[in-house]
Amino acid sequence: MDLGASNIAALSAPNPHRLSSKVVREDEPVLVAAAKSGDAAAFEELVNRYERKIFRLTMNITRNREDAEDAMQDAFMKAYSHLNNFQEDSRFYTWLVRIAANEALMRLRKRRPNQFSLDEPVEGEDDLMPREIQDWGPSPEQRFAQSEMHKILDQVIDQLDPDFRTVFVLRDIEELSTEETAAALGISVPAVKSRLLRARLKLRQKLDRYMRDRKAN
Amino acid sequence: MNCRHLILEVSNYIDGEVDAALRQEIEEHLKDCPDCMVVVIQMKLTVEIFCDNQVVELPQDVRSRLHEALQRRIRNPGS
Repeated sequence: MDLGASNIAALSAPNPHRLSSKVVREDEPVLVAAAKSGDAAAFEELVNRYERKIFRLTMNITRNREDAEDAMQDAFMKAYSHLNNFQEDSRFYTWLVRIAANEALMRLRKRRPNQFSLDEPVEGEDDLMPREIQDWGPSPEQRFAQSEMHKILDQVIDQLDPDFRTVFVLRDIEELSTEETAAALGISVPAVKSRLLRARLKLRQKLDRYMRDRKAN
Repeated sequence: MNCRHLILEVSNYIDGEVDAALRQEIEEHLKDCPDCMVVVIQMKLTVEIFCDNQVVELPQDVRSRLHEALQRRIRNPGS
């Protein structure tokens, strides 16, 4: 693969998706203030705004529709009950994500207790180095029908260790910053970075198998 | 900079979260190491593929139950 210097530099860039303006509309603080003072319609508007994203989050963490629904519902109920505890120096959406992620993780731990250790996940460097590296060729994702790609991604993310998957979901899918992710999960910034690296490397490795098979066919 | 060091920084690199000196070291390495270049490109592509294919829909029955529960809570805040 031959990339010029300017093209190499293009590989390193802040994620343009990760801008708060994409998620937070200007009237959010007004709605939050109204909801805090007892305006139920304002809170419902906040629910309408974020319910799809919160369901996607709880689905991605729990990998189970029933648990995802329960986690989403309990997250909104808790947000409503504890709205006065919300400090407006952070984003309402981030606060909501934090509640929803914890509700989802609680259910995942109940359903799959063996996937969680009491200690921090093992984060040694030995298994990190990619093996048998091969180019995927141009537009590899276009070799798959959309439904087929969704199925593959579903299988691939399902196989990821829950601790790594949760960080990947918050950072890359829900577009939280490293600091927001650390705060949401109660872990350090270096732990977020370490888990994100492992999640991305593992997902790349798992996708690699499908890409190579399709390239060979 | 060697391959192991680059792999440890690849995630920060694609997020644009490395300082100028480290970024330069990484890019110097990438010019001469096709394997690391492939890994960087594939990691970036992996993130993009997942972001572009997120189609979890909120089913209507799930949404209805959420709003019914919310209405109950609003009517009976102590429940």
